Amino acid sequence: METKKRVPVKEQAPEIRRSNFDEVCLGYSESEAVEEAERCLHCKKPLCITQCPVSINIPEFVEHVKNREFEKAARVIAESSSLPAVCGRVCPQESQCEELCVLGKKGDAVAIGKLERFVADWSRENNIDLSQTLPKNGRKVAVIGAGPSGLSCAGDLAKLGYDVTIFEALHKAGGVLVYGIPEFRLPKDTVVQHEVDNVKALGVKIETNVIIGRTVTLDELMHQEGFEAVFIGSGAGLPMFMNIPGENSNGVFSANEFLTRNNLMKAFKEGYDTPIRAGKKVAVVGGGNVAMDAARTALRLGAEVHIVYRRSQAELPARAEEVHHAIEEGIIFDLLCNPVEILADEKGWVKGIRCIRMELGEPDASGRRRPVEIPGSEFVIDVDTVIMSLGTSPNPLISSTTKGLESNKKGCLIAAEETGKTSLDGVFAGGDAVTGAATVILAMGAGKKAARAIDEYLKK
Amino acid sequence: MYKIIAKRLLAPNIYLMDVAAPRVAKAANPGQFVIVKMDEKGERIPLTICDYDKTAGTVTIVFQTVGCSTKKMALMEAGDNFSDFVGPLGQPSELVEEDLEALKKKNIMFVAGGVGAAPVYPQVKWLHEHGIDADAIVGCKSKDYLLLEKEMKRVTGNLYVATDDGSYGYKGFVTDLLKDLIEKEGKKYDLVVAIGPMIMMKFIAQLTKNYGIKTIVSMNPVMVDGTGMCGGCRLTVGGVTKFACVDGPEFDGHLVDFNEAMRRSTQYQTEEGRAEIERQKKAEGHVCNLGLGE
Repeated sequence: METKKRVPVKEQAPEIRRSNFDEVCLGYSESEAVEEAERCLHCKKPLCITQCPVSINIPEFVEHVKNREFEKAARVIAESSSLPAVCGRVCPQESQCEELCVLGKKGDAVAIGKLERFVADWSRENNIDLSQTLPKNGRKVAVIGAGPSGLSCAGDLAKLGYDVTIFEALHKAGGVLVYGIPEFRLPKDTVVQHEVDNVKALGVKIETNVIIGRTVTLDELMHQEGFEAVFIGSGAGLPMFMNIPGENSNGVFSANEFLTRNNLMKAFKEGYDTPIRAGKKVAVVGGGNVAMDAARTALRLGAEVHIVYRRSQAELPARAEEVHHAIEEGIIFDLLCNPVEILADEKGWVKGIRCIRMELGEPDASGRRRPVEIPGSEFVIDVDTVIMSLGTSPNPLISSTTKGLESNKKGCLIAAEETGKTSLDGVFAGGDAVTGAATVILAMGAGKKAARAIDEYLKK
Repeated sequence: MYKIIAKRLLAPNIYLMDVAAPRVAKAANPGQFVIVKMDEKGERIPLTICDYDKTAGTVTIVFQTVGCSTKKMALMEAGDNFSDFVGPLGQPSELVEEDLEALKKKNIMFVAGGVGAAPVYPQVKWLHEHGIDADAIVGCKSKDYLLLEKEMKRVTGNLYVATDDGSYGYKGFVTDLLKDLIEKEGKKYDLVVAIGPMIMMKFIAQLTKNYGIKTIVSMNPVMVDGTGMCGGCRLTVGGVTKFACVDGPEFDGHLVDFNEAMRRSTQYQTEEGRAEIERQKKAEGHVCNLGLGE
């Protein structure tokens, strides 16, 4: 039997979208979603569910879409996920739910991510109220960080009747969804704000501008403010640098700084006061999703952009879709080369980046082939801006101000995988603060597990 | 929302505001800073804490108008609200954590330049409240620009004023005055804390190095979040890259690479901003660059 091809999703054309910040993917229409849902084979043992970090009942919601029962589909997803419009957009589905889809063996897997996005958007546009909660039990739980893990932990606890307050260090809730991921991948005012509002609708209070470890300590939350349990979902916010000569030159930014100015502070928008410098020719160092985001943002601000990555295209850690979009938009990939020095002019501004060519050797601990320098192959790329996108690590502000809270050498909090339990009684943690920089959905999954564990802990 | 409880014009273009921020006031220590944001579209502006009242729940900030954001801020009045006011950020001044008895044996000199008098004040006050009277030099362009003189007099052992034009106190720069105090008046200091424009801190640090006096400076570079996230505030201290927002803002003045820090502080200056600074320089002689949000 010949299987039908995946229903293509409409996108803004590359030559148009490369100069605006509107969303690239336009999503399915109702009829497209139904047509795509019809492709699902409803396997007896659906492998898609097992691959979803929050175990969404995928065949069931897809079945509802097929039957045009979109509200029912939304309720199925809501049982497992509090951020479906986000996950439908930024989850690496190709390595999760869609990876083991039987249809994928011969052709295209069911577009589960695009269907999830459709259902979430439909439910938002039709004002479906998904905020069902148990009666309030009056017990206070604090959640640190209003990013993916914190929002999902808080949402689940509120559904169980807890009195939850999220403390957020920045002036806006959303964490990496607002400061990191750009508008063209994840619209802020519609999608993210709506997901945050949904969590608030469950009764969760969000207190912005509170830095745990500075404004108030974790101990004070528990011993003075009456919180019986705490979930730490403070993310991995510290940018790494290469420690190569010239890195403090004017015009070298961390991807975090560049993206925060653009996304959180909306520097790209008329009328906003925060400045941003994209320059004319930019080198983005790194090959992850954040590097793609920084590169495509710089491109939209008018620069010619080079991705400088030390391995080859096959090893790029970024999602295939992001790499594909970046190439379509005209990002230049300088692969198998690694920066050794940033060159500055007499006034200290970046004028170039000296790189060395690499070749792939034996596989390393990560299973990817290790890049090895080719002696004597150094060359210079003329650029006026360098954006370092080498990954991030957890912020030590909480661990360094909380006695007895253990973290590992990399600064990640030590927490049990299934429960999020830390070394301190009543304190749980999850997301990037525990794993180091990972994905939105893994952080959400950790938040959900911790919510369950906190419920059990408080019932004892 | 964070309400402005009181506003005062301290000197031409220099304003003081008491802002209701109970959580920040409760946790604040000398040496730390806050980030303020006026409204949805505003920048996040870092400002050193000038004073705090833990009972009233207010934090005092002082700023000078230079760029577009600080000018808008100057138009806010008592009763208006900041949309955001976060802190206290950074490490408290080392003095707060030192052993009091050891501290009492030290002769401490504070050197403040321009708006730098504002962040120096809470440190001197803290010492005074703990039975230690430090000396202080406050330098400014002219008598009109002298900040918090009465307040400072109350909490210092000796308060020295230096004005560029000699309209009040010593005529000359703070560096010259400090040199005179040490060389001509035989003053001995074990610790100097200098807060002001980077160029002033650089020269104070150069001077004190000759005398072998430990010198602390307070850096206020460009930053976004103030929690270590952006790395915009990085500077080189003793050959190592540090983030001013979490490792500082106070550092050993003899180890800071001031030239790099001064260069980095111009990264986001717009053509317009630079032109404005030039205009003011022409009109008023000397413009202090401390406390700029741009």
